[in-house]
Amino acid sequence: MLQAPEEPVIKFEHVRLSFDDNVVLKDVSFTLPRGHTKLILGASGSGKSTILKIITGLLRADSGAVIVNGHRVDQMSEQEMMPVRADLGMIFQEGALFDSLTVRENVGYKLYEESAMPIDEAHRRVEEVLGFVGMAEFIDRMPSALSGGQRRRVAIARSMAFKPGVLLYDEATTGLDPITATTINEEVVKLRDLEEVSSIVVTHQLRDAFFVADNMARRNHDGSVEILEAPPSKQDEACFLMLREGVIVFEGNAAALRASNDPYIRNFLS
Amino acid sequence: MSALLFEEPLKKVTAEVQEYVRMLGQTYRGLVRGPYYRHDIVDQFDAIGVQSMTVVLLTGFFTGAVLALQSGQTLDQFGARPVVGRLVSASMVKELGPVLTGLMLSGRIGSGIAAELGSMMVTDQINALRALGTDPIRKLVVPRILAGFFMAPVLTVIADFVGILGGWIVARFQLQVSSGVYWSSILQGLYMQDIWMGIIKPFVLGFVIVSIACHVGLRTKGGTQGVGRSTTNSVVAGSVAVIAVDFFITRILFSVLY
Repeated sequence: MLQAPEEPVIKFEHVRLSFDDNVVLKDVSFTLPRGHTKLILGASGSGKSTILKIITGLLRADSGAVIVNGHRVDQMSEQEMMPVRADLGMIFQEGALFDSLTVRENVGYKLYEESAMPIDEAHRRVEEVLGFVGMAEFIDRMPSALSGGQRRRVAIARSMAFKPGVLLYDEATTGLDPITATTINEEVVKLRDLEEVSSIVVTHQLRDAFFVADNMARRNHDGSVEILEAPPSKQDEACFLMLREGVIVFEGNAAALRASNDPYIRNFLS
Repeated sequence: MSALLFEEPLKKVTAEVQEYVRMLGQTYRGLVRGPYYRHDIVDQFDAIGVQSMTVVLLTGFFTGAVLALQSGQTLDQFGARPVVGRLVSASMVKELGPVLTGLMLSGRIGSGIAAELGSMMVTDQINALRALGTDPIRKLVVPRILAGFFMAPVLTVIADFVGILGGWIVARFQLQVSSGVYWSSILQGLYMQDIWMGIIKPFVLGFVIVSIACHVGLRTKGGTQGVGRSTTNSVVAGSVAVIAVDFFITRILFSVLY
């Protein structure tokens, strides 16, 4: 199905999901326009990661509609989901790298195993994306020999190797020191602004969410990449969405979130 | 009251059986329709077949040897020591070879598969595979089941052979039965039906062991503790299944072959 450029890449309409008596998402609706960023905040267990799993078809909503690139994914079988996933990259909590494969094999997994790309071209693409995330020298290492931050960066490289239009970050900076977390946040910003990737960032780290919303990446004439403060119009392309017990309690830009008087949000921000 | 007591366990068992059958259905579809992951198939034939050789050789050899030792004493009471070869070969080929190889595979392969797939489940690697467009059944389960199905008979034949060899060493040097008598009693006592029974059984047992291990591994929940639980469950369920399935195949083969 061809999609009009103005159509949102992801659309949730009254989505509900429960596991037995535990209602994870009650009535969630939002849209992600192309090239924009959605920052999903919330306490642990509020249903943030569940949203990403529903988008990729790893979980199926009980009711409501989930539309990804014009496809109604909540009604698709596992086999029908495979072409839709070709445009979705997901960075899992802790990276979820394949233990038995090297960094090169992890990053190029989809190119080597699930595409007809010539091997030399796949090698070049793997080296290119590892260079993009600053991990080129670790190409032949095993995941067990990497630190937590390095694993996340390899996971980002793996998810971008096949050039998806949408990247989903599931707590990509949780458990990392502030310096490493900033490195990851810069990768998120670079991918969004230089590779024109639409993103959903799930996190409970406010500092990281505001960093992604407030900054932008720019490539200079000499090829170097600079991270600088984004103008207000660019900042508006990053929309915050706060979940509380499976319900959206806030949706708006960074300025509106900071200005909110809602006691729960104030408490969360403090 | 008693109905309520059994309701929950019954529901759990039904759900497990349902999921197991569903996995077998998906495996069948993965077998008849690609994509096929050839590297993984070759790797699994090596991991399940070649790397299990040592344990199967040792088990087969000592089982045959101790069988000759024990039965030699008993046969002496009837003056039938020369037919020890016949007893060893019939026991090994029809029953002990397939069952002991199955039990060894359940311990070595069943635990390994459940632990590996279980770890992949709890660390989101299975979800990562799906998100990258790979069907975990085709990538992980099909190669393992193929390897289990085809390598279990090969390993069983090897176990049978070294078992008979172990029996010969005991018969020759401990029981003082001449080599000629030992080997001719084997040829006289072994029928084609026995060989068919010894060959058909491990195909089924290999399939059962690996499919149970894959099912248990892919149902793992609850972090590292869950992986440990799955590993134990896989070995226990696989071993019990080997004994139980062996009985039913034997019963069926008796009515078909003899």
